[in-house]
Amino acid sequence: MDASAWPMLLEGAWTTLWISGISIAIGIISGLGIALLRIAKIPVLEQCLVLYISLGRATPLVTLTLFIFLTAPSLGLNMDRSLAGILALSLNTTAFNAEVWRGAFNNFSRDQREAAMACGMTSFTCFRRIMLPQMVITSLPGLVNEMSFLIKGSPSIAVIGIVDLTRVTNRISAVTYEPLPPILAAAVLYMAIIGGLIWLQRIAERHANRLAI
Amino acid sequence: MTNWDIVWDSRDLLWQGFLNTLSLFSVAIALAFLLGCLIVYRLEDPKTRWRLPLRSFIDIMRMLPFLVLVYLLYYGLPSAGIRLEAWWAGLIGLTFYHGAYFAEILRGCRVTLSNGQIEAAYAHGFTPSRMFIRLILPQLMIQARPLIGNQLVYALKDTAFLFIITVKDLTWAANSISATYFVPTEAFVAVIGFYWLISLVMEMAIRYAGRFGHKRGFDHV
Repeated sequence: MDASAWPMLLEGAWTTLWISGISIAIGIISGLGIALLRIAKIPVLEQCLVLYISLGRATPLVTLTLFIFLTAPSLGLNMDRSLAGILALSLNTTAFNAEVWRGAFNNFSRDQREAAMACGMTSFTCFRRIMLPQMVITSLPGLVNEMSFLIKGSPSIAVIGIVDLTRVTNRISAVTYEPLPPILAAAVLYMAIIGGLIWLQRIAERHANRLAI
Repeated sequence: MTNWDIVWDSRDLLWQGFLNTLSLFSVAIALAFLLGCLIVYRLEDPKTRWRLPLRSFIDIMRMLPFLVLVYLLYYGLPSAGIRLEAWWAGLIGLTFYHGAYFAEILRGCRVTLSNGQIEAAYAHGFTPSRMFIRLILPQLMIQARPLIGNQLVYALKDTAFLFIITVKDLTWAANSISATYFVPTEAFVAVIGFYWLISLVMEMAIRYAGRFGHKRGFDHV
C-alpha cells in the first residue's frame, strides 16, 4: 500500500460518513414521529407500527439493503444505490430510535405535565416547551449509542456496490495484492469515527446528569 | 406458476441457509458467552496483569464494525500465513466480537453488585472460582438479561454480514434464489420472516427468563 491509497481510503470514509449522517438525521426525526404516533394509540396504525418496530429490529441490515435495492425495480421505482443505502439504514435506525424516544416520553415526570396543565397550557405547547427539551436530554445517550451502532452497521451498504470505507479496501487490495494493510487502515479510521462518537456520548451523559438534578 | 411457488420450490436452499445461520449463531453465541464470562472472571482479580490487554481488547472490539473484523480474519490473515475457511472465519469473528460485548455487559453489572456478599463468601472460605460460578455469575446473568437479549439479536443480525465472505447463510439463500429466478421480493420477504421468527423466539425466551428473575426477587433491573 503506497501513498495513493490514502486518498481512496479517506474518500471511502467520507462516503460512509455522509450516508450515515443523513440516515442518522432521518432516523432521529422519524423516530420521534413514530414514537409520538405510537403514544397517540390510533387503533389500526398502532398495531402496524408495533409490527414495523419488531420487524425493523429483527431484520439484518445486509438483508434489508439487498431487499430494498433488488425489490425497488420490480415495483417500478428507479432507485439510486446511495438512496437505497440511506433508506435501508434509516428504516433500521428509526425502529430503534422510536423505542428510545418512547422510553423518554413514558418516563417523563407526571408532576410537570400536571403543572403545565394547571397553568393552562395546551398539550401541544406543553410538549414543545416543557417535554421536548427535557426528552432530548434524557434520550441523548441512547440516541448516540444508536448512532454508533448505525456506523458499525454501515458496511452493509457495500453489498449493493457503494464504495464505502469497507469496500474501498477490496479495491486497493485488488491493485496491490496485499489485503492486510488497507483493512488495518480502514479499521483505524472506523475506530477514530466511533471513538469520536463515544467521546461525544460521554460529554452528553455528563451534561444529562448535571441537568437531570 | 406464481413467484411464491418458485420460492416454495427452492425451500431446500432456504432451509439449508436457515440451518447454517442457526448453527453458526448458536455455536458462536455459546462460545462468546463463555469468553465473556472468562474475561470478567479474569478481571475479578484486581492485581492481574491481564487488566490492560483485556480492557483494550473489549474497547477495540466495541469500536470496530463486525464486517471489518471478518475482513481481517478472512482476507487479512492469509497474508500472515493463516488461511481460514469462510465458515470458520465467521465463527471466530462472531465469537470474539460478541464475546467482548458480553464481557462489557457483564462487567457493567458486576460494578453494581454489592461488595458485602463477596466478603461474606470469602469469610465462609469460598475459593475465587467457586464464588464466581455459584455467586457472582448467576446474579450477573439474571440482572443483565435484557441487555443479553439485545446482544443476542445483534449477534443474529451480524451473521448476515457473513454472506459477504461467501458463507451460505439465509441471506445468501435469498440472494441466490433472487439471482437465479429473479424473484427478489418474495425471496427476501421469506428470509426476513425467518430472521423475525428467530428473534421472536429469543424475545420470548428472555421474557420467560424475566419471569424467573422476578420470582427470585430481581425486579429492580
